[in-house]
Amino acid sequence: MIVTPFTPMTSLLGGALIGLSAVLLMWATGRIAGVSGIAARLFPPYEDRELAGRLAFVAGLIAAPLLVRLVTGSLPAQTIAAPTPVLIVAGLLTGFGAVWGSGCTSGHGVCGLSRLSVRSLVATITFMAAGVATVFVMRHWS
Amino acid sequence: MAILIQFAIGLIFGLGLIVSGMSNPAKVLNFLDVGGIPAGTWDASLAFVMAGAVAVTFIGFRRVLKLARPSFAERFYVPTRTDIDPKIIVGPAIFGIGWGLAGFCPGPALTALGFGSTSAFIFVAAMCAGMVLARFIAQLPSSTCIVTPADPLET
Repeated sequence: MIVTPFTPMTSLLGGALIGLSAVLLMWATGRIAGVSGIAARLFPPYEDRELAGRLAFVAGLIAAPLLVRLVTGSLPAQTIAAPTPVLIVAGLLTGFGAVWGSGCTSGHGVCGLSRLSVRSLVATITFMAAGVATVFVMRHWS
Repeated sequence: MAILIQFAIGLIFGLGLIVSGMSNPAKVLNFLDVGGIPAGTWDASLAFVMAGAVAVTFIGFRRVLKLARPSFAERFYVPTRTDIDPKIIVGPAIFGIGWGLAGFCPGPALTALGFGSTSAFIFVAAMCAGMVLARFIAQLPSSTCIVTPADPLET
């Protein structure tokens, strides 16, 4: 594993930007900024006519590092240690679970907790606990 | 106009993920690694990401939801369900295992595509497959008989 530095100030600032984005999306479209909900609805069946807006939001997410590289000339560290088979299993579980539980870190963790939703609180506690347990097994049970 | 604004909103979200450090799976895994506390390798940064995001959203939502309607939509689509069904526990449990395996959740994984990494591409492809599969299973008649169908407007 790679030790990462504790970055309270930039993490707080970045978190505030995520919050700002969630508030702006509610102001503009009246919808929750849940990335899993937005991403899952890029695929059929289509329940409404918001596909173009969702594509634009996801395009913005993907464009963010391009903008950072354009402005600063470099990108911050990104270490993806998981080998391909683990990435595939992890991706399947993450995508399946996020849809099955009606949301992920953004929809439940940020927007749901901000709305004081009990469902989102249950979801957030559950995925945090599952994430902690998984990392514990992977790193300390060998 | 609305499309451009949604692009800008996604861009701000992505910048937030990058600035906060959440776009780095190593940082996410080190946060989830409470077993690393004795060794001093636990990275508490993500608690600050959540705190910053929830603080701004909590205040912002209260103001925005007082408006008559959103700027580019007929009405607000705020989830209304309050019941605790098995799916709200089973889903996040499965999600959490995937999150703990790779350190990616959907937002950072999509933003990672812009970093140009092959690993992110593989993860996102599998994630999309998982999403499509979950929506397909949730729509099966046998499935909707035993569990409540997902609220299409939630998150």
